[in-house]
Amino acid sequence: MTETIDRSGTADDDHVLDHLIVRFAGDSGDGMQLTGDRFTSVSASFGNDLSTLPDFPAEIRAPAGTVNGVSAFQVNIADHKITTPGDEPNVLVAMNPAALKADLHRLEPGGTVIVNEDAFEDRNLDKAGYRANPLDDDTLASYRVLKVPMTSLTKEVCGPLGVKPRDAERSKNFFALGLVSFMFTRPVEPTLDWIAEKFGKNEQVEAANKAAFVAGFNFGETTEAVGHRYEVRPAKLPTGEYTSVTGNTALAWGIVAAGQLAKLPITLGSYPITPASDILHELSKHKHFGIRTVQAEDEIAAIGMALGAAFAGHLGVTTTSGPGVALKSETTSLAVSIELPLLLVDIQRGGPSTGLPTKTEASDLNIALYGRHGEAPIPVIAAYTPAQCFHAAIEAIRIALKYRTPVILLSDGYLANGSEPWNLPDVGSLPDISVPFADGPNHVDEDGNDEFWPYLRDETTLARPWAIPGTPGLMHRVGGLEKADGTGNIDYTPDNHEKMVHLRADKIAAIAADIPPTQLNGDADADVLVLGWGSTWAAIDAAVQRSHRVGKSVASAHIMHLNPLPSDLGDIVRRHKRVIVPELNLGQFTQLIRSTYLVDAKALTKVQGMPFKSREIEAAIDEALASIAAESSTNADTEGAPS
Amino acid sequence: MSTAQVAVTTKKDWSSDQEVRWCPGCGDYGILLAVQTLMPDLGIAPENTVFVSGIGCSSRFPYYMNTYGMHSIHGRAPAIATGVAVARPDLDVWVITGDGDGLSIGGNHLIHALRRNVKLNILLFNNRIYGLTKGQFSPTSPVGKVTKSTPMGSIDPPFNPLSVALGAEASFVARTHDLDRKHMIETFRAAHDHPGASFVEIYQNCNVFNDGQFDEVTKKQARDEMMINLVHGEPITFGAEQQRGVTMGVDGQLRLVELADVAPEEVLIHDAHRHDPSLAFALARLSQDDHSPTPFGVFRDIERPEYAGAVADQVMAASEARGPGDLSALLRSNGTWTVD
Repeated sequence: MTETIDRSGTADDDHVLDHLIVRFAGDSGDGMQLTGDRFTSVSASFGNDLSTLPDFPAEIRAPAGTVNGVSAFQVNIADHKITTPGDEPNVLVAMNPAALKADLHRLEPGGTVIVNEDAFEDRNLDKAGYRANPLDDDTLASYRVLKVPMTSLTKEVCGPLGVKPRDAERSKNFFALGLVSFMFTRPVEPTLDWIAEKFGKNEQVEAANKAAFVAGFNFGETTEAVGHRYEVRPAKLPTGEYTSVTGNTALAWGIVAAGQLAKLPITLGSYPITPASDILHELSKHKHFGIRTVQAEDEIAAIGMALGAAFAGHLGVTTTSGPGVALKSETTSLAVSIELPLLLVDIQRGGPSTGLPTKTEASDLNIALYGRHGEAPIPVIAAYTPAQCFHAAIEAIRIALKYRTPVILLSDGYLANGSEPWNLPDVGSLPDISVPFADGPNHVDEDGNDEFWPYLRDETTLARPWAIPGTPGLMHRVGGLEKADGTGNIDYTPDNHEKMVHLRADKIAAIAADIPPTQLNGDADADVLVLGWGSTWAAIDAAVQRSHRVGKSVASAHIMHLNPLPSDLGDIVRRHKRVIVPELNLGQFTQLIRSTYLVDAKALTKVQGMPFKSREIEAAIDEALASIAAESSTNADTEGAPS
Repeated sequence: MSTAQVAVTTKKDWSSDQEVRWCPGCGDYGILLAVQTLMPDLGIAPENTVFVSGIGCSSRFPYYMNTYGMHSIHGRAPAIATGVAVARPDLDVWVITGDGDGLSIGGNHLIHALRRNVKLNILLFNNRIYGLTKGQFSPTSPVGKVTKSTPMGSIDPPFNPLSVALGAEASFVARTHDLDRKHMIETFRAAHDHPGASFVEIYQNCNVFNDGQFDEVTKKQARDEMMINLVHGEPITFGAEQQRGVTMGVDGQLRLVELADVAPEEVLIHDAHRHDPSLAFALARLSQDDHSPTPFGVFRDIERPEYAGAVADQVMAASEARGPGDLSALLRSNGTWTVD
């Protein structure tokens, strides 16, 4: 059957696209995440740049056929550097009426809709809330529509293999993948190989999936309805060795790397929570790196175990999402008080409370910055692309170790599940972040005897010594009670508490001198500054790039160190006429910028469980530029008016 | 470090220079003295020993031990100590907790540390009152207890700490009291020697907020008739003349009997190593108030896989099977492509 495939097929130049955005949508049980993932992997190895947006419901199997149960995967592939999964898909694959209902509005005008015609029967139409079949009326009039009876064609090719019709139906996502692979000239072998590897244990399933994939491909080739094949040629990316990576995988690998770079074993305490659980899964696979993972009884125990391990000389890590950060708050404060290194990873999701567990949001900035009792400042680092999560994790751990402090690393659901090609770093070029343990007395008492003071600080970093159990002569006690600087003995006196509160704050504030300067993308005197943090980077970068191409006076800066802020940021935000801060919350970073620098920064907010579209950012840039223009013309009028 | 290499220590080596700040007359002093007296006997070094506590009067304990220590958060000591033990199975880790800390705010961590069987020695100081917050009822206070927060008497039924521990699959469960240093030392020694999580309930007098709570059982003049000393392999008997004993009725219920009334073979022989916990459970619940004879000693002491060692074994097995971690290979494990 595979012989009929035109493996070398390429499109002529008329049908070369610079980019393509495909959205695969279907029921939760239809395998759309898998399909999207395969399309992504094939495109990655083909050499396209890409960005993905998995978008799935919180329910494992929401009621079949309903709009609430639609699971989608959007991928943008391009022949040039891209940063976002795209504002509007060019192609929508809808496996059932609910998927069409949920996602048609996202499609670009005139875009292509590929539907599984078999699924458009009365019961499914009813469940999706369609009174009439949208394939028969003018619902799709402004789109190019490809109606394909995917279910029956899949059953037909699987029947001769001895696959039961019901089982055969499950392979229809591979039919869809085959069809789209033909239409957009994707290589075939990698997917066939992957099916063999993934399903090889069950020959019948392997055969059915392969047959469905090939049937979909051949359907595209032999059906006139498909028309021309299109192609997205490989991107001219910087040279190097690439892999495709999701944010959660990159973050987990960053933790593994940090353990190696710090020459420390790692103990992870974690309680399963969406969308952070994949980091627990990933780290659990790599015990040979000296990683101990404990699935704790709850979020509080998870961070407690990490802190206990840190006391014992391990790199202590805990991973969670917003609700877990709230539960870990008390232990984070203890870590501030006993000044031990600790990494707390927060993969943010829509809140408050259970909120939108599978959707993205960046509304935990305030809890990260302020969500502790007492004066308990800690460094906060935010990752900004899926692959960059690797470096963000190393940086967060570098700071935690060097300054003996808990650090919160923020990522979000979009980065966690989204993927992009990653130009792999040379492992040898990664920084040495190791710190020494205390190995002997550091003080002499009045009688001339050597002794150990657990709170005698390093003059530069203000970090206290990290003396681990097993070291003779350095036995000491730490705890949440206020202690005297130096000796660490319990001390409730007024002046000592004042001193300690300031010392702990000064230690964190001084980290500003140990972080890189802010990179400005654009002119230093641009009229508009787009100031971002976290996963908004992709949309901001795309919007600013486009604005630069048409000569707009805009610059952007992206902040990874949210506490302490870079020391040059005040000068930067004060230099521009307008400061726009796009945030997936109601303006938490904006408030920080306004209160810290007394500038009139304006928030551009979105809380829909979805990342920004670059167009939304561009519109805000245009609005700011227009208001500057209006202002200067008003000023000009005023100046020109007779007095 | 093997015991042979450990330098000989004295009680002084295990005592910190910090002033002990419990109320004068507190039962905690006796417990501290028992622990400090025992430590030199255990063949371990202070630098390889960690005391972790939560919050409460008892939780000040680590400050007074010249070991590594952490006075942590209310209820969380078993979780933090689990982290210490998982990271460093070579250490001797003790958890100091109380009835409020361990059974109320930290109940979840206590039961899971016992379920996992982490090598921790957990000493629960049970004074049946909240002392540090000045006298509210605790989860072990009896119904009817009049306190500041229960002026009409507590309506909360209490926990039996040993029942909780046994229900949580604890592999070592014992009870002792603050008035008998020798019994405490022997009980703590057995707890330390147990190769898994050990749980010791200590009847501890709070002379300020709940004075005399255990007098009916533990006062010298009451002990003979009110304390049942459990010894593995020995018949369960008590009384000034060892004239009373414990038997099991045909209904499965334990009964206190006069030995003169039963055949000698009817008296239960204590078996702490019995895997089935039902007899230990029945003994733990023999006295549901303080007005009847109460068993002390080691109720249960069985072997089952220890957690921190099992975690280390998996790390070792993974390293043996796959070699040391290779970061460069890890980053390439999902497949790569090259752009020239």
